[in-house]
Amino acid sequence: MDIIQQIVSGDVRTIARVLRDIDDELPSSRSVLQRLHPHTGKAHVIGFTGSPGVGKSSLVDQIATAYRKESKTVGILAVDPTSPFTGGAILGDRIRMQRHFLDPGVFIRSLATRGQFGGLSKSTNDMVNVLDAAGKDVVLVETVGVGQDEVEIANSAHTTVLVMVPGMGDDIQAIKAGVMEIGNIFVVNKADREGSRKTVRELMNLVEIGARRRNDENWEPQIVETEAVKGRGIDKLCETIESHKAYLQAAGSEKWREASQKRIRLQLLGALRDEAFRAILARIEKSGDSIDEIVRRIVARESDPYTVVQQIVDGLR
Amino acid sequence: MANARKLRILVAKPGLDGHDRGARVVARAFRDAGFEVIYTGCHQTPEQIVSTAIQEDVDLIGLSILSGAHRYSFPRIMELLKENNAQDISVIGGGIFPLEDIPTLKAAGIKELFEPGAKLSDIIDWVGTNIIPRREAE
Repeated sequence: MDIIQQIVSGDVRTIARVLRDIDDELPSSRSVLQRLHPHTGKAHVIGFTGSPGVGKSSLVDQIATAYRKESKTVGILAVDPTSPFTGGAILGDRIRMQRHFLDPGVFIRSLATRGQFGGLSKSTNDMVNVLDAAGKDVVLVETVGVGQDEVEIANSAHTTVLVMVPGMGDDIQAIKAGVMEIGNIFVVNKADREGSRKTVRELMNLVEIGARRRNDENWEPQIVETEAVKGRGIDKLCETIESHKAYLQAAGSEKWREASQKRIRLQLLGALRDEAFRAILARIEKSGDSIDEIVRRIVARESDPYTVVQQIVDGLR
Repeated sequence: MANARKLRILVAKPGLDGHDRGARVVARAFRDAGFEVIYTGCHQTPEQIVSTAIQEDVDLIGLSILSGAHRYSFPRIMELLKENNAQDISVIGGGIFPLEDIPTLKAAGIKELFEPGAKLSDIIDWVGTNIIPRREAE
């Protein structure tokens, strides 16, 4: 069977292998992605982001269970950080998702950031496409634990869920730019803890004074309290996610298409950047020069980075 | 300019013992050696371990066991890999087991066994020498 057919028919081994080829940037994976493209565009991509330890994995586990009850198939991509020193990583998001390991309707893949900032790995969007083409009804993307500025998920997902816990700072945190702007849905997890109501109130204030996403003025960000490990609030969260999907797909609305366009624009620019960078590096090497040699010249103050870049770019014209 | 393949390893604890300090130490050593380590916690069945290994497309499964159930779970994992056409995934073990069980386990297909006292550097070296990341999917 052709590799594309194997993926589309949901063959686990093939899917797993192609995901790795993409992550490792093997040239062969590009042709697979090319041929998979016509099969993509169906899955609802839901992003979960938030600081480390707020309960993203546990929520993803619960949401996956809820979708399985409705017989929907689920793909999960969970990102953990790569060590900047050794390039190694410990990927531990699966620990919270053990009950899905034997369910053929759930495919879980752990990813490392591999030096990428922004909360996802470079390969995440392409991997979402593979799971989409493989027929998963929903793809849950869990970002690495984020701080204030990792907003890439908002461009990758149709629906972005920002997960918080009570007592993570005063209300000024809530009006900062960055992650607080990207939530379509805010979850206050560990809602049994002290200060949960206060956090919810602060979020309500935030929503009232206009935390709606730009170009998304008709969706009022929703706030949901949950206790992921006990399963509390999960039904409400699922309903809210589904109502966001309904909003995106409402008759006459362009929102779903806009969300897909955003995803594809991001991918296009990423692929263009990579390809251009690769071509330029190849060109430098072909000319008998090397990055190391250029660095040496710059360190010796024989040249400077700006002149070098200008020369390289001029050479392309 | 394809990157070199990154080695992916599943560190798993089959069976009922909940003492995963050893597994964590080894997982961390693998991380420090530059490998991507998938860690799934304790109390895994052989079925869960094999399913995870396949979905995560690992090159190697490192099993840690202290409970004495290695004579069941290790060969069972090898069987399941075979059933799933995934014999190319290598398996090593570590923990506490009688030395006389080693030949049986190796005959079942376990590539190497590390006893208590094994040096982390020896385990890393063994992996570096013996485990070659899979080539691209056909």
